[in-house]
Amino acid sequence: MTDTPSFQANRWRRFDDWDARALRLDKFAVEDPENGFSAFKGAADPTPSLEIAGGRVEVMDGIPATDFDMIDSFVAAYHLEPEVAAEAMAMPSQTLARMLVDMNVRREELTRLARGLTPAKLADVVAQLNAMELAFAYSKMRARSTPGNQAHVTNAKDDPLQLAADAAVAVALGFDEIETTMRVAQNSWANALACCIGSAVGQAGTLFQCSSEEAEELQIGMAGFTSYAETVSVYGTESAFVDGDDTPWSKAWLAAAYASRGIKMRCTSGAAAELLMGFHEAKSLLYLEARCLCLQRGMGAQGTQNGGIDGAPLAGSMPGGVRELLAENLLAVWLDLECASGNDARHSESDMRVGAKILPYLIAGSDLICSGFGSILKYDNSFNPSSFNGEELEEFLVLQRDFEADGGLRTIDGSSALALRRQAIDALSFVLQDLDLAEVDETMKQSVAVASGSKETQTLDPRTITEISRRVAERSITILDVMRSLHRGGFRQEVENLLFLLKLRLSGDYLQTSAVVREGRVLSAVNDPNRYLGPGTGYRPSEARRKELADIRDVLNREDVLRFEATLESAEHGRIEYRQMGQASSGTDRSEVVVGISPGLGTKFFQTLAGHPLSALLQTLKRGIEETGGVMRVVRFAHTADTSFLGLSAARLSGSGIGIGLQSKGTAVIHHRDRLPHNNLEIFSNAPLTTLAHYHALGANAASYARGESPAPIFVTGDGEALGARFHARVALIYAIETAMTFDGAVPEEITLYFKEPANE
Amino acid sequence: MSDRDFSVADYPIAERRPETVRGARGRTLDDLNVEAVANGELEMEDLRITPQALLRQASIARSAGRAALADNFERAAEMTSLPQEEVMRVYELLRPGRSRGKQDLLEAAETLRSQHRASRLADFVEQAAAVYEKRGLFRKRY
Repeated sequence: MTDTPSFQANRWRRFDDWDARALRLDKFAVEDPENGFSAFKGAADPTPSLEIAGGRVEVMDGIPATDFDMIDSFVAAYHLEPEVAAEAMAMPSQTLARMLVDMNVRREELTRLARGLTPAKLADVVAQLNAMELAFAYSKMRARSTPGNQAHVTNAKDDPLQLAADAAVAVALGFDEIETTMRVAQNSWANALACCIGSAVGQAGTLFQCSSEEAEELQIGMAGFTSYAETVSVYGTESAFVDGDDTPWSKAWLAAAYASRGIKMRCTSGAAAELLMGFHEAKSLLYLEARCLCLQRGMGAQGTQNGGIDGAPLAGSMPGGVRELLAENLLAVWLDLECASGNDARHSESDMRVGAKILPYLIAGSDLICSGFGSILKYDNSFNPSSFNGEELEEFLVLQRDFEADGGLRTIDGSSALALRRQAIDALSFVLQDLDLAEVDETMKQSVAVASGSKETQTLDPRTITEISRRVAERSITILDVMRSLHRGGFRQEVENLLFLLKLRLSGDYLQTSAVVREGRVLSAVNDPNRYLGPGTGYRPSEARRKELADIRDVLNREDVLRFEATLESAEHGRIEYRQMGQASSGTDRSEVVVGISPGLGTKFFQTLAGHPLSALLQTLKRGIEETGGVMRVVRFAHTADTSFLGLSAARLSGSGIGIGLQSKGTAVIHHRDRLPHNNLEIFSNAPLTTLAHYHALGANAASYARGESPAPIFVTGDGEALGARFHARVALIYAIETAMTFDGAVPEEITLYFKEPANE
Repeated sequence: MSDRDFSVADYPIAERRPETVRGARGRTLDDLNVEAVANGELEMEDLRITPQALLRQASIARSAGRAALADNFERAAEMTSLPQEEVMRVYELLRPGRSRGKQDLLEAAETLRSQHRASRLADFVEQAAAVYEKRGLFRKRY
């Protein structure tokens, strides 16, 4: 080993730094329209066209009716409305694109025209919009006014206790819907039971789905455990559709089946699904998705989950891929569908790409911003990690607060979270025992209640979980059995909450477009329509909601700052005394360095931002000055609290002409009496990084300047910490308190320091 | 007031017209309370949506300019009278490669029309049959 660095390299080493970034784990693909790698312009994308004769579609997007595949046939029969088609198709794409971003054009006019547009035309129109226009148009066109969000509630053990606890937390966080799925398919009934009970803890009205095999999912819904479904996937090419083992007609049959059982349903589609399945037909992501969405509207689905669901990472690998996701979400809402707008499968390893992707949705609002926000930790997400997960939940809350944008969520405090978790676990445990499904002991309950994720739990074993699921299914246990059991256990509120949701089934109100339940009321595109027509219209958070968005954890105020400092006061009084010696005068000692201290230093504030007691700082400074042959004189100013002016005022009183300005937070400056206020000799502005050794050197340099020397300036270095974010709120509060202590005409006060104990550097 | 008279003004029905809501066995919303749950009076049928409710929602959807959604609710209204096995049997027949030929679907349509008075569903299955034949979707896949 040698300490001599090698400067041999065949490329700039910054590339090594870039290679080490999480971003470089993402793989990017070249645009290749022939092979399906194109967001907007597939090699085989058709030119928009439509010919109708006698109310029948003869040619659609260049394809004669005789050559229609099953998707064309379905779109022509159920999506296209001949009465609107001639008018709508005659409009230039650019005109329609401009209408989408024209705040004076009513949403209803655009949704009416969409009913007469072919998939190729719809794609051609939205492709004209840039990313900002897409986000704006999305905000204007989305169906329900009030935005919402959906959570994933799953875990790596399929542990029902944890599912119940996490469901209760998701409800408290404000999610409108929660979705679960299993690691082991046969655990579906146990998952459904657990999430259903958990979602009834705290408040009523959170919709719940259990993503499983089609027939079983419907049965779980009929047993009353779930209230919605979104697994009805559709695809944009016939071959992909058939490989998915369905047709538009079989999916439309399911759509009616869910409605007939009073269960809300949306379809799923999204960019790159066809490419992943190997049947892209050399068509663009956007065109294929336009076909999917026309199908869904034709089927009579109230909504969709799109925006590149499982295909989002693949879409993100292409140029313009993320813009395409926005474009396909816009198509969904233009077609008047509820949109659960993706932001589900994490499209990148880069936190920055993920944060950038969520922003347009957050500020535009969406029926469900994420069609699966991982409310649990990444490793517990059985759908795969989402864009946002349990780890990043508070980042999302802060983004809401930053932009005053309603992402549907609210904060939760530690003690109520724990209480809700315990209540959910207790309720489920009682039912498991009461219905002879499993025995749960206290250790299990407590371990799950406090656990952040399943790696920390000591809970039911895998065989027991599968057995619970088997028994629920075999004994045809329904929601009524569960409610009776909860009632026996004294969980009356949970029974009421479950009953509330079940009663909503009878009216069918939540089957309408974009329906969610808020504070006991169904809100949908019917009674809460988005009527955006420019500033001052559309959704705006109420004052109460604005406060809720602002109310995040650990927010600093003036009292907190003073209370903290007060805790340091007595210890500091044991170490130093600031003796007031009357008005300070100009010095004549050519070796003196005057230290001008701020009004609150040692009176209201007692340590620097780096955590050094001010007594230690002053003692160190004194040592540095004296070791270099200087003499320290301390003066307190009350006409200013600004570092530069403190330093200059001190220099003006100093016999050597050299002064140090020192604020209580530790910011310091070396000044000379003949310099302009902000043109100092040296400044130590990064107080959080300034050590006692730095203050020692500062004292030494000041004394050296006093001797007429030119010492090497001192550098305070850091690792690029975002110090502003860590300290500025506190700094501004401290500074405001100190400036409030200043007054005009204040005279400088001579201070003699008396150190009661030696400081260690 | 007939089911067709419901419009946006009556929505949400549970809020604006709660007196019109019934379960499949005729119970009102007030009948569905915690006590009724606890003493075992309720059955799953009491929590089942009725064809009337779906037709009313269809009417509301149509008045809100959503004809395709309304059509789906009307198909669903017919489907309320289908037993679950029949719902799943026809679904299975509609999946690719399940029916041996057009005839299977036409027979299913006939059963829907004659036995379940589900003419909309029957039409829908017949339309599927025509397209499946044209596109070779009766080809066996496994």
